[in-house]
Amino acid sequence: MNSLINKESLTDGFAPLKTIACPDSNGHFGIYGGRYVGETLMPAILELEEAYNRITPQEKFKKELNDLLELYTGRPTPLFHAKRLSEHLKGASIYLKREDLAHTGAHKINNTLGQALLAKWMGKKKVIAETGAGQHGVATATAAALFGMECKIFMGTEDIKRQAPNVLRMELLGAQVVPVESGTGTLKDAMNEAMRYWVGAVVDTFYIIGSVAGPHPYPMMVRDFQKIIGIEARKQIMDLAGRLPDLLIACVGGGSNAMGLFFPFIDDPVEMTGVEAAGKGISSGKHAATLGEGSVGVLHGSKSYVLQDKNGQIIEAHSISAGLDYPGVGPEHALFKDIKRANYVSIDDNQALDAFKKLCMLEGIIPALESSHAIAYAMQQAPRMNKDSIIIVNLSGRGDKDLGIVSTIFK
Amino acid sequence: MKTKRIDKTFEELKQKKEKALVGFLSAGDPDLNTSLKIIESMCAAGLDIIELGIPFSDPTADGPVIQRSSARALKKGITIKTVLEMTRKIRTYSDIPIILFSYYNPIHSYGAKAFYNDSVSSGADGVLVVDLPPEESDEMTSKWPGNELALIRLIAPTTPIERMKKIAQESSGFLYLVSKTGVTGSAGLDTQEVTVNSRLLGSITNLPICVGFGISEPEDVRKIAPDVDGIVVGSAFERIIEENLNNPNLDQILGEKVSKLKAATKL
Repeated sequence: MNSLINKESLTDGFAPLKTIACPDSNGHFGIYGGRYVGETLMPAILELEEAYNRITPQEKFKKELNDLLELYTGRPTPLFHAKRLSEHLKGASIYLKREDLAHTGAHKINNTLGQALLAKWMGKKKVIAETGAGQHGVATATAAALFGMECKIFMGTEDIKRQAPNVLRMELLGAQVVPVESGTGTLKDAMNEAMRYWVGAVVDTFYIIGSVAGPHPYPMMVRDFQKIIGIEARKQIMDLAGRLPDLLIACVGGGSNAMGLFFPFIDDPVEMTGVEAAGKGISSGKHAATLGEGSVGVLHGSKSYVLQDKNGQIIEAHSISAGLDYPGVGPEHALFKDIKRANYVSIDDNQALDAFKKLCMLEGIIPALESSHAIAYAMQQAPRMNKDSIIIVNLSGRGDKDLGIVSTIFK
Repeated sequence: MKTKRIDKTFEELKQKKEKALVGFLSAGDPDLNTSLKIIESMCAAGLDIIELGIPFSDPTADGPVIQRSSARALKKGITIKTVLEMTRKIRTYSDIPIILFSYYNPIHSYGAKAFYNDSVSSGADGVLVVDLPPEESDEMTSKWPGNELALIRLIAPTTPIERMKKIAQESSGFLYLVSKTGVTGSAGLDTQEVTVNSRLLGSITNLPICVGFGISEPEDVRKIAPDVDGIVVGSAFERIIEENLNNPNLDQILGEKVSKLKAATKL
C-alpha cells in the first residue's frame, strides 16, 4: 500500500507534492529511503513489506488496532490550548498535542502496538527493538507484554545511565534490556546492535523499529502508524478554532513524532517546522542537527541526511536528550527538506532546558527533554506571530524519565 | 565483465584440485605497515584471493572481532585512498585477485565513478558492498564507466531460490555464500547446512561459490571444501591480529595460519 499523495492543487507557496509517490514501490522518497541492508535481511524486509500491504488494510486488523488505540492507549489524546504560555509569549496561540498522555507517556506506543499487532498476525512470537530515551523500548516492552511476546531491547550504556527509570520500567514489563557499549553508547549504537542481533535471529524475530528510519518498509510503516497524531490534531483544531493552524512544530531525532503530526497536513496550507537538537551549540560540533548540518549518506538501511566526515564515516551526535541524540534522520524528512515542504531548525541544550522549566511553571506539564526542543522553538516563534495565529506543538512525551538529568542541572 | 585474475585463479585451482582460500583483513589493521607485511606473508603462504576491508564506523553486518579491527584501522586514519594505495603495493609483487570489501557509505561519499576508476587503476579486481543489495546497486554500477570491476554478491541462507537465481544472473567473479544467519565471526557453524545450501546454489549457477562467516579452523575447511570453490576466512585472522598486537612476528604467525588452512583446501 504505497500512500500516493494525490490531492488537488496546493495553495501557493508550497511545493506541489501531488505528483510524488511517497514512497515509490522500492521504498524511495525521491532519492532517499530504499533498502540498504545485507542479503540475510533482504528476504525478511521483503516479507514484512508484503505482510504489511496484505494485513494492515484488512478491516479486522484495523478494528483490532483502533480498539487498542482507544481503550488501551487512551486515544484520542487531547489538543490543549496552552493559554498561560500563549499569554506569556504575547503572540500566537499555542496548542499542545498531548501525546505525553498516551499510555506509557509518549507517542511511541502508537507505532509499537501497530507493529506488534502486525507481528502477531504474521505469527512471530519474539520482538526486538532499539531505544535511545527508552520511550520506544518501554512502548515495545508494553506491547510485547500485552501480546505475550518475548522481548529484547537494545540500549546504549550511556542512555541506560541517563534514562534509568525507563530501564526499570522495561524490566518490570518483562523485557530483557541488552546494554550496548560500542561507540558512545547511545541510540546509533543501540540500532547497530539490534540490526546485528536481527541478522542472526531473523527467521523468527520481528524487529520493531521506533522511528521513521531504517530500510523500507519501516519509514512508511512507522509514519502510517504515527499519522493518527496529525489526523486527530487536524480534526481537533477545526473543532476548537474552526480553522487550520498556521504552524506545526515537532522535535526531530529520527523524526517519528514529527512525521506523525506533519503527514496528514501535507496538502494543507500549513507551515511545518522540525526541531533538531543543537546540543552544546552547532559551532561546538557537539550536536544532532542532521538535516541542518549533515549531508546525504546511507546509515541503518536507508539513504538520508547523516552526520558524517569527508570519508563517509558517521560522526557521533550529541544532545542532552537521548531521543534526539542520533546522527541520522528519516528519509521522508530529507525529502521534505529538499522540496521545502518543511523547515528544519535547531534548539540547543540550554534553550530546551529553559522551555522545560517554562512549561512546568506555566502549564503544570512536565515535558520530555525531546519535546522541550519543540516547545523552545514555539517560544521563539509565537511572539513574532500575530494573536490570531495558531501553532500546534507536538508534546511527544512526558518528562518523568528526565528528572534525573534535570535535577542535577537545576540544583 | 572482465574478471581475468579471478577467473584465472579458479581455473588454475581446478586443475590442481584445490579450493580457493580467500582471506579477509581489515585493511590497515593494526597499522598500515604491519598490515602490508601481514598481507605479503599471507600471499607467500599460499593465500589465493584477498578481501581488503575498507573500515567503517558502523559495521552492522560484522561481529565484535571485525568491529574492533575496523575501529583500529579507522583510528590509524585508514580511508579508501589508503586501501587503494595498499592495493597498488600488493600489485607490485603479486597477481592475487584483490576484492575490496566495503559498506556503501564510504563509497557513496567517495563517488561511485571515482571509486571505479581508482579501484581499477590500482589493480583491484572486484568489490563487495555488504549493504548494497541488488535492489539498490544500480545507483552505483550505473555510474561505472567500464566493466573491469566485478561486483561480488552475497547469497544468504535466507535467500529464496528464485532470488538466488536472479542474483546469480547479475553477478560476476564469484558468489559469496553466507554460511549461516548471523554476523561475521558467529559461532555455531553447521557444515551440513552449508553443504545443502552450496549444492543448491551450485545447481543454479556456473559461477564459483565461496563460503564465508564463522569458518576458522582447518577441519571446518576440510568438511566444506568438497562442495564449494572457495572458503573465506576473516574473523579468525583478525582474532590473531588482536591477540598479537605488539608481537613483532605477527606476519609470520598469520602466514602459518594461512598455510594450515590452505593445506585443508587440497582435496
